[in-house]
Amino acid sequence: MNRQSNAYTVIYAAVMVVVVAAVLAFTALSLKPQQEKNVAIDKKVQILKSANIAATAADADELYAKYITESFVVNDKGEVLSGVDAFNVNVEAEFKQPDADRQMPVYVASIDGATKFILPVRGAGLWGPIWGYVSLDDDKNTVYGAFFGHKGETPGLGAEIEKDFFTSQFKGKHLFKNGEFKSVAVMKVGQTALNGEDQVDAISGGTITSQGVDAMLKHSLKPYSAFLTSKK
Amino acid sequence: MSLFSKKNKEIFLGPLSKNNPVIVQVLGICSALAVTAKLEPALVMSLSVTAVLAFANVIISLLRNTIPNRIRIIVQLVVVAALVIIVDQVLKAFAYDVSKQLSVFVGLIITNCILMGRLEAFALGNGPWESFLDGVGNGIGYSIILIIVAFFRELLGSGTLFGFQVVPQFLYDMGYQNNGLMILPPMALITVGCIIWFQRARNKDLQEK
Repeated sequence: MNRQSNAYTVIYAAVMVVVVAAVLAFTALSLKPQQEKNVAIDKKVQILKSANIAATAADADELYAKYITESFVVNDKGEVLSGVDAFNVNVEAEFKQPDADRQMPVYVASIDGATKFILPVRGAGLWGPIWGYVSLDDDKNTVYGAFFGHKGETPGLGAEIEKDFFTSQFKGKHLFKNGEFKSVAVMKVGQTALNGEDQVDAISGGTITSQGVDAMLKHSLKPYSAFLTSKK
Repeated sequence: MSLFSKKNKEIFLGPLSKNNPVIVQVLGICSALAVTAKLEPALVMSLSVTAVLAFANVIISLLRNTIPNRIRIIVQLVVVAALVIIVDQVLKAFAYDVSKQLSVFVGLIITNCILMGRLEAFALGNGPWESFLDGVGNGIGYSIILIIVAFFRELLGSGTLFGFQVVPQFLYDMGYQNNGLMILPPMALITVGCIIWFQRARNKDLQEK
């Protein structure tokens, strides 16, 4: 058989593509449930960490069930939308929508009898997306804790936003000043935020990522203002 | 021919030192720079590359008499790409944290020059068992370098090994600082350079005239 002929080459390529496609499709389908479970567990770990609960992949389900009492979705008028599962909201897609169309999840945690509200945030760092969760005390103003994650910020510089020394600064800061939404500014040490908002120190060498966190908090939390100032 | 003949031993052991893919052939440098800031991702990356290289070598070696010459590079790429996707999926399912850290670099194994180099230079002309040994040998040769580089970068850059603090607190109290430069890619290149220097100083026959 002539292995250099056109017909042989074309048939060879076609068969190869079909075989490889079948193998990959099989692998992807058989591993999918496990992967989705991992993503869900990872999300629970992140939500719990923002409320200062140290969770690992092993005990995330259990701790999540214990502490998170309720979750719901609100719009920018502060109304609770019914029939939407907060945990499965695609936050990344929702936060790209105009404020009025956003479906924004809220997780309610009960920690040692105190109610905490946990809100997701999404933004952009230097190299890729950054995200996180911010937990608030029951006055819906004082920050109780924060968690930040990133896709690929520079290790040792921008990537430090996920470290405790950075996130713990947010505790006790206020999102509102005199009833007006101000967010929490991430500022270079020695600089003062322009609008009189509370501020935390940025990371040396991670300027763009720090600015990304600053912008992420402003843009992600502002649409929640109506919900946060409502009396519920 | 026995499974562990002298020639096969040479195939397996050569890439570990005198014919090392990273420091002698200078292949696969980009991933050696990118994933070596910490030991754990470096180790997983090493295992992934070794597995992909060994299996790709075996598959290409089995197919070597059927592959049409004109599309042999494409066939090699398809085999490597398929294996890499499988590795990526398996990591996502069973080592989610590490796969998050490695992010795009697992996918970039496809472009690792070591793979195409070994497939083209070795697997196309040798039997499956020799090709397997060659793949594992080159994979381990690559791994050794990654792990040495990651060891120094994590130790000096973060003061940890595998995430555990090893530089004691009192050193920090006395004014010791982690070297932030070690975490950035340039220091990985310099570290690789130091290893190459050390290797050539010990093996005079590797030195260029």
